Amino acid sequence: MKNREGKRKHSDSSLRLLWPLAALALILIYDLIFTPHFFTIVIKDGHLFGSLIDILNRSAPLCLIAIGMTLVIATAGIDISVGSIIAISGAVAAWLIAQAHAPLIAVLCVPCVVSLALGLVNGSLIAYLGIQPIVATLILMVAGRGIAQLITNGQIIVFENKPFEYIANGFLGGLPFTITIVAAMLALALLLSRKTALGLFIESVGCNPEASRYAGINAGRVKLLAYAFCGLCAGIAGLIVASNIKAADSNNAGYLLELDAILAVVIGGTTLSGGKFSLVGAIIGALIIQSLTTTILTQGIPVEVTRVVKALVVVAVFLLQSENFRQAIGASFARRAA
Amino acid sequence: MSDADPLLSARGLSKIFPGVKALDKVDFALSRGEVCALMGENGAGKSTLIKLLTGVYRKDEGRIFLEGREIEPRSPIDAQMLGISTVYQEVNLIPALSVAENIALGRQPVRFGRIQWKKVARNAEQALSRLDIRIDVQQPLGSYSIAIQQMVAIARALDLSAAILILDEPTSSLDAAEVARLFAVMRRLKEQGLGIIFITHFIDQVYQISDRIAVLRNGRMMGNFAAASLSRVELIAAMLGKELRELENTSLRKNGAAPDAENKPFITIRNMGKKGACEPFDLDIRKGEILGLAGLLGSGRTELARLLFGIDRADQGSVTVNNDPCAIRSPRQSIALGFGFCPENRKEAGCIDELTVRENIVLALQAKKGWLHTLSRAAQQEIAGGYIKALSIATPDAEQKIKNLSGGNQQKAIIARWLAADPRFLILDEPTRGIDVGAKVEIQKLILSLSEKGMSILFISAELSEVVRCSHRIAVMRDRAKITELYGDEIHEEGILRAIAQQKAV
Repeated sequence: MKNREGKRKHSDSSLRLLWPLAALALILIYDLIFTPHFFTIVIKDGHLFGSLIDILNRSAPLCLIAIGMTLVIATAGIDISVGSIIAISGAVAAWLIAQAHAPLIAVLCVPCVVSLALGLVNGSLIAYLGIQPIVATLILMVAGRGIAQLITNGQIIVFENKPFEYIANGFLGGLPFTITIVAAMLALALLLSRKTALGLFIESVGCNPEASRYAGINAGRVKLLAYAFCGLCAGIAGLIVASNIKAADSNNAGYLLELDAILAVVIGGTTLSGGKFSLVGAIIGALIIQSLTTTILTQGIPVEVTRVVKALVVVAVFLLQSENFRQAIGASFARRAA
Repeated sequence: MSDADPLLSARGLSKIFPGVKALDKVDFALSRGEVCALMGENGAGKSTLIKLLTGVYRKDEGRIFLEGREIEPRSPIDAQMLGISTVYQEVNLIPALSVAENIALGRQPVRFGRIQWKKVARNAEQALSRLDIRIDVQQPLGSYSIAIQQMVAIARALDLSAAILILDEPTSSLDAAEVARLFAVMRRLKEQGLGIIFITHFIDQVYQISDRIAVLRNGRMMGNFAAASLSRVELIAAMLGKELRELENTSLRKNGAAPDAENKPFITIRNMGKKGACEPFDLDIRKGEILGLAGLLGSGRTELARLLFGIDRADQGSVTVNNDPCAIRSPRQSIALGFGFCPENRKEAGCIDELTVRENIVLALQAKKGWLHTLSRAAQQEIAGGYIKALSIATPDAEQKIKNLSGGNQQKAIIARWLAADPRFLILDEPTRGIDVGAKVEIQKLILSLSEKGMSILFISAELSEVVRCSHRIAVMRDRAKITELYGDEIHEEGILRAIAQQKAV
């Protein structure tokens, strides 16, 4: 009995990751067969290069905002302003480098603080003024790119700053530095949510805000923290994006990335209605999205088709996750067998 | 079972959930024009049986016959088409829609692609008049009391030309007059040949209305008895599977201890009130005292509790705890003062469905400690395991989601949540509502032992006998005002009723 219970417990948490992992594996198996050299990793100047490394590197901004978005969605909220926060963060960094000639520490910290503050604004609107999350963050989504353009004076600020360029282009221990950033933020998020009671409170508030209030949970503060953290994640992602192109492009930086992030979170097994969440699942979701994009690009499929293929894969992942669908399939197999 | 052609019969029904055999080869039969009460403790399998009959769950074993013909309901709608309609304990209608819309929902009369709103309203009025209810059917359902909402739910079920009506605890939120009205309706429907399955925990009501009594225990059918030939003692013994003497001993542990004048109140409330919710009242709470709060449905019992706990903000009044004046503006503040509150609507305000029993139990304690002072997993397991054992919460293990537990066990888990937070003053709002006799006695015993350990308790219950049995002192409410307090010898059911009636005459 004891053994069986242990097994069930184990499967309960990892079962939710099983289907996203299976989807990722399917994409990779496809690549193994149809994309030559997909799994080849070469070492140049002590750095690792290859499609797999590329996927990890390129998915970094998406992974970061998916981490923040997971916590927000778990509170039964949503943050559609992260793309704009990316643009603002990049614009602030570029302005500090190119116009203010600020020291590196300021270039790194100020955009993060600004993003955190924007997250706090989102959170306050939602937690204390009771504005619906999609409306509250829509404000910043629309206004944010305008703010970023004001900072850059409506132009794309191009800059050169070796230390700053290291963020997106440097290597640490043979791997792109971005991987370290994502790993660090994931570790921080896991630490905050799983090693403290914050995760329990987030799930509780997301699942039943009324009962959480009765139990003495400060739902407002929990939400505020989630949105602030989400803002911070977007800010760091903004630094990576700006560092990558050595410029601040207020119109295109992180454009529509919030939708990919929401998708990644949902693929990862966190439902939009809030409650139980999986940070690792969101990362897997982000990797699925990026592998798909990379695969399509390396296959030489016309770009117009990309979105359609993406949509089809997403539908397939959701069908795999749907218990009803799996039961229906199982039943039809059983009928055929009988 | 001698009936040759029962309206509904089931043979050998089984249903297995992970770790639990919820129903084990259950036989059941219902004849035309018969009210059959389905009795059993929490987790006995009443809800599961109903859900199998109405297609919410699929059976794992057994067969169901309707008028001798085998049926296999695949969904509640399917069951409704077959003529099996159900009204659940919690009203499953849409509060924002009008009464008429709720009754018509999903089968609105349509002509030329348009809904005939006049006909919708007329139908609703007719359906309700069958229950002897006359209300404005254009008003949103949510603006009516739960009792009326329940009647609307029944009207909706009846509207579907049902052959079988299943009432799952229809009376738990009704007052005596409404219950009588409901029973009148049930008798009329019975005469029309409907078969009615009636689930309740009120034993008096079972004998008032039922022809037969089917008793479930631990997923097994203990028997389908004629109500007239089954004594109450036998019924309770069948439900509990133990001797009644045991039960009586515990419930007779009457608390004679008179209020101790030496024992100064540690919480004093003066002139607390809120417009439209509760008239200003004074209240003293002493250490280790069980203060009962009695009154009819809608008398303001819950409203008073909500003010005490800071869920609703009082617009006047003062509170002192140990002579320190303090403000109660939110549950967090009252929890910090050492208060706890077990709400009456455990589904909306108690259970966090998606979380495990363990997480639900430690929630209030963890919230009190703050998120930085995290309880270790081991500590959580120890706390949860301890309460699961102490309150005998029936769950395969602490990692089960709380939504998979039966109502009574959910209630126990929510009480455990508050016990874990170790409050000085615990408000229990209808802790025994919708719970079977055995669990009721357990919870009453628990309340007594908590008070012996020095915890003060405000015990709210619609069942007068229960309040009388447990309380040291009883505050009586009527029309959203506290009208009197009863001490010592005054504490008996008659005394409460007289107190309510007396004031009414004024």
